Amino acid sequence: MSEDFEPKILAFCCKYCAYAAADLAGSMRLSYPPNVKVIQIPCTGRIDIVHILKAIEDGADGVYVAGCMEGDCHFVSGNLRARKRVEYVKKTLTELGIEPERVEIYNLSSAMGPRFAEIAHEMTDRIRKLGPTPVKTRTV
Amino acid sequence: MIVANRKSLSEILDMVKDCNKILVAGCKGCVTVCNVGGLKEVQVLASCLKIARKKDGGKPLEVEEILLERQCDPEYIEQVKDTVGNYDAVVSMACGVGPQFLSEAYPNQKFYPAVNTTFFGGAVAHGIWEERCAGCGTCIIHYFDGLCPIARCSKSLMNGPCGGSSHGKCEIAEDLDCIWDMIVKKKMAQGRLDDLRYLTPAKDWRTARDGGPRRSIREELTK
Ligand code: SF4
Repeated sequence: MSEDFEPKILAFCCKYCAYAAADLAGSMRLSYPPNVKVIQIPCTGRIDIVHILKAIEDGADGVYVAGCMEGDCHFVSGNLRARKRVEYVKKTLTELGIEPERVEIYNLSSAMGPRFAEIAHEMTDRIRKLGPTPVKTRTV
Repeated sequence: MIVANRKSLSEILDMVKDCNKILVAGCKGCVTVCNVGGLKEVQVLASCLKIARKKDGGKPLEVEEILLERQCDPEYIEQVKDTVGNYDAVVSMACGVGPQFLSEAYPNQKFYPAVNTTFFGGAVAHGIWEERCAGCGTCIIHYFDGLCPIARCSKSLMNGPCGGSSHGKCEIAEDLDCIWDMIVKKKMAQGRLDDLRYLTPAKDWRTARDGGPRRSIREELTK
């Protein structure tokens, strides 16, 4: 695997927790890898299977969904639904011969700025180890 | 509704292995309601097929998507009249009726089923569907207070239960209710257990699939 591989990672972050935690990480001057591109979502329950698949299809090396702690979802059960959808995508990727670890779901609260940075590091390290996505897009 | 399950991706990928451009056609009818072949499922399948073909730099697959009102009526099948020839094949996510209506309408195109059509049933909970009707052509559930022993008894017994009924469950699976247990309990609750003294005679299966492919004609509707 090439040393200079810089993973492209997409993070769908719920605005009530993970996105606010990212903000907090910023205020705390915590650095996290620039590989992670954050997309704010109103709730992880908004994330559909197809959103994650589209990211993979378009060449993302990794995708994760970050929502509230279980039991703390602003919309009661959005994060639980998101977990099931992420599991579905993992199964689908396995069926397609792609490492399911490229997709993940995390739970954190808006007060967990350091955890946000830790997750970004964790995911970047994980994808770096896995190497570039086997899904080849023509534009890369 | 008609309930179906999507086929495995490897099976569908094998069907389209020689194609460069396909159409994935969903249906707004039953398969939308049972979350197998509606808008979302069409998008998911299209994306999966594209991912599979892009993987390891394989031959890319162009996938277009369409959602028809229904695939079991000629007027909706007609919606693809002008475009159906633009593809190497069409993958239908409708029940088994869809690819057949399409095949009959467009004899020059290839149509593949993306789903296995399984039964007539309903959703007992979110994400869980169960069989309720076997389409036998002569409904008898009024004798059994609205519960169908044809579709729901593993042996389709007309005079049950069999000796395998245990604690309300069928002998074939621990999580399957014995419908005859339910019929008997309901008759008892309604004080009509005596109804079951009547021995239901053997069913005439000619109205079911056993009588060959079926057809329904309603003169008042025909042109
Ligand atoms: S146990 Fe009940 S449902 Fe199962 S085969 Fe016997 S009568 Fe039918």
